[in-house]
Amino acid sequence: MGVEGCWIMAVREEATAIDGHNVSKIFGTGANSVAALDDVSVSIRQNEFFTLLGPSGCGKTTLLRLIAGFDTPTAGTILLEGNDISLLPPYSRPVNTVFQSYALFPHMTVAGNIAFGLEMLGKPKPEIDDTVERMLQLVQMEHLKSRRTSEISGGQQQRVALARALAPHPRVLLLDEPLSALDYKLRKEMQIELKRLQNETGITFVFVTHDQEEALTMSDRIAVMEHGKILQVGSPREIYDHPAERFVADFIGDSNFLTADLTSVSGSSAQLKLPSGKAMTASLPDGAFSKGPATIVIRPEHARLTRKKSGAAMSGTLENIVYIGTDTQYHLKLPEGTAFVVRSQNRRDAQEDYTIGDELGIEISANAVQVLRD
Amino acid sequence: MAEANLPTSRPPSGRPFSIRSQPGFATLAILCFVLLYAPLLPLVVYSFNAGDSLAYFEGLSWRWYVSAWDNKLVQDAAIRSLILAASASLFATILATMAALGTTRTRSYRGQTLIYALINQPLMVPEIVTAVALLIMFAAIKAATNYHGLAYLIIAHTAFCIPFAYLPIRARLEGMDLSLETAAADLYATPWQAFRRVTLPLMWPGILAGAMLAFVISLDDVVITEFVKSSGQDTLPTYMLGQLRRVITPEVNAISSVLLAISVVVVTIFFFLNRKMR
Repeated sequence: MGVEGCWIMAVREEATAIDGHNVSKIFGTGANSVAALDDVSVSIRQNEFFTLLGPSGCGKTTLLRLIAGFDTPTAGTILLEGNDISLLPPYSRPVNTVFQSYALFPHMTVAGNIAFGLEMLGKPKPEIDDTVERMLQLVQMEHLKSRRTSEISGGQQQRVALARALAPHPRVLLLDEPLSALDYKLRKEMQIELKRLQNETGITFVFVTHDQEEALTMSDRIAVMEHGKILQVGSPREIYDHPAERFVADFIGDSNFLTADLTSVSGSSAQLKLPSGKAMTASLPDGAFSKGPATIVIRPEHARLTRKKSGAAMSGTLENIVYIGTDTQYHLKLPEGTAFVVRSQNRRDAQEDYTIGDELGIEISANAVQVLRD
Repeated sequence: MAEANLPTSRPPSGRPFSIRSQPGFATLAILCFVLLYAPLLPLVVYSFNAGDSLAYFEGLSWRWYVSAWDNKLVQDAAIRSLILAASASLFATILATMAALGTTRTRSYRGQTLIYALINQPLMVPEIVTAVALLIMFAAIKAATNYHGLAYLIIAHTAFCIPFAYLPIRARLEGMDLSLETAAADLYATPWQAFRRVTLPLMWPGILAGAMLAFVISLDDVVITEFVKSSGQDTLPTYMLGQLRRVITPEVNAISSVLLAISVVVVTIFFFLNRKMR
C-alpha cells in the first residue's frame, strides 16, 4: 500500500537511515516535568548495527520509542532517509520493533504473527505465504509454524518476534533490550544470531541495551547515553580505548581514574605528568584542553606489575588479590592514597607470585593513557 | 537463650499458617455448602411431585412441567423474560465493553477511580432505591408519552446489568499486555484494525462472560422489575411472586427448576468456553 510506495528512493552508500536533530522529550508539565531526552542529535547510517547504551532512565528507550512513533518529540525532528517522520503515527512508518516483552499475539500461531504486518500492508496472499516461509527459515522455526506462541520457549518466542518484525522488510529495525529475558547461554547464541540476521537482511538495526558486553560484541557503532543526552558515539574500540568522558569510561569496562598534570597539548595527544612524577604521552578526546590538572583513565589490563620499582611509571602497595578465572586482579594503593587495579591474564608458566603487602612497580603500556573531558 | 523467651506467632511445626489445618474448618465448610445447596434439593424434587402439595411427595410425574408449559401466563412471562434478558444483556455488554476500554486502554487520567465507582453504582446503591427512583421517573415519562411498552424494563435491566458485564471484561483487559496494541500499530495496523484483529479477539472471553452474567442477573431480577413493569408485563420471577400470594402448587417449583437449569447450563458453557479460549 501507500506506506511502502513513498519510500522507493535511491539509497546511496553511507546514506543516513535515521537523523535526529535536537530531539527533546519532556514528560509531565511544570515542576514535575522530566526531560527524558535533552536536545539529542544523532545520525544512524544505512545498514549499520547501531547501539544505544546506557543505564536505565538514560533516555535510550525513549529515543527508540520516538523513532518507532509510539511517542512524539516535544522538540526537534526525526528524519528517516531524509523524510521528516516526527509526527507520523507508528503504522505509517516503515520501521518495525522487537519488544522487550516480545508482545507476540497470543491468539495467533507463529505463522500468523509473522504474517500480521504483511497483511496490514495489504500484500497479496501468495506473497505473504512466501515471505512467512522465508522468515521461518531465516530464524530456523519452520517446524513450529502452526504452534501457538504460548506453546514455544522463550528463545523461540524471541525468534518469532524477530521474524515478525523483519517480515515487512522495514527500513530500520528497532530492538528494545530483546535479549534481557533470556538466560546467559541463549543470550550469547542470540547475539551471534542477531549479527547474522543483520548481515543477511542488510537492514539497519537500532539496538537498545544496558549491557556493555552486548554492545561491544555486536555493534558497528555505539552511542553511550546518560541523563537524556548522548555522551559519545563511536565504534566499540573507540568507545573502549578512547572514552571521552568519565561516565563512558566508568560504564564500559573497568577503569582506574587518576589526576595528572598536562604539560603540553597538541592536536589529539598530550604530554602529562603522572602523580608519581613520571612523564607519559596520552590521547585527548575532542574539545579544548589547556595545561594543568586533568582526569585520566588507565584500563586495568593495560598496566603490568613488576618487582623493579625504579623504572616503572608508578608504584604501590598490594592490598588484595582477586582470582577471576581467566585473569587475576591486583588491587594496589598508590602512595597518594588512590586505589589502582592491575589485571593480568593467568598463565600456566612463569606466573608471578605476589603477596599482599608487597611494594610493587606498575608499568603502563604505550598509548594506554586517555585524558577525559570533565 | 534469649530466643526462647520471645513470643512466637508461628505454629511450632514451622509450617506457614493454613486455614485448612484449623480445627472445625471441615465442619464449617460442609455446613456452608449444605446451606447453599440443600434448599435446592426439595425444590427440584417437589417439582416432580404427582400430587398438589409441597409437603407430601406422592410419586414422580412431569405433571407440573406440562401444566407450566400449557399455562398461557407462564408462556408469556417466559418469552418476556427471555426477550428482556437477551436485550438487556446485549445492550449492557456493549456499553460495558466501551466502558472497560475507556477505563483500561488509555493513559491514566484524573477521576479514573471516580468513573470506576460510578460505573459500579448498581452494586453499591440498594436495589430498592433504584427501583423506587426508576418507578418515579418512568411514571412521569409514561404519563407524558402514554407509552407503556417493554422499553422501560429493557432500559432498567440494562442499567443494573452494566456492572456485572463490566467487571469480567475489565478483568480480562487488565490482564492483557498493553504492548500488544502497540505492536499491532508498529506492524502497520490502523487503530481500527488493531482493535478488530488484536484487542477484540483477546477480550472476547471477557465479553462472553460479561454477557452471560448479565443475562442470568436480568433473568432473575424481581425488585426492579416489580416496580417498573406496567400491568400485564410479568416476567417469570414476578409471575411466581404473584402466585405466592395465591395457592402455591409445585408449578412454581417446576418453573424455578427450569430457571435453575438454564443458569447452570449458561455458567457451564461459559466455563468451558473460557477454558478453551484462554
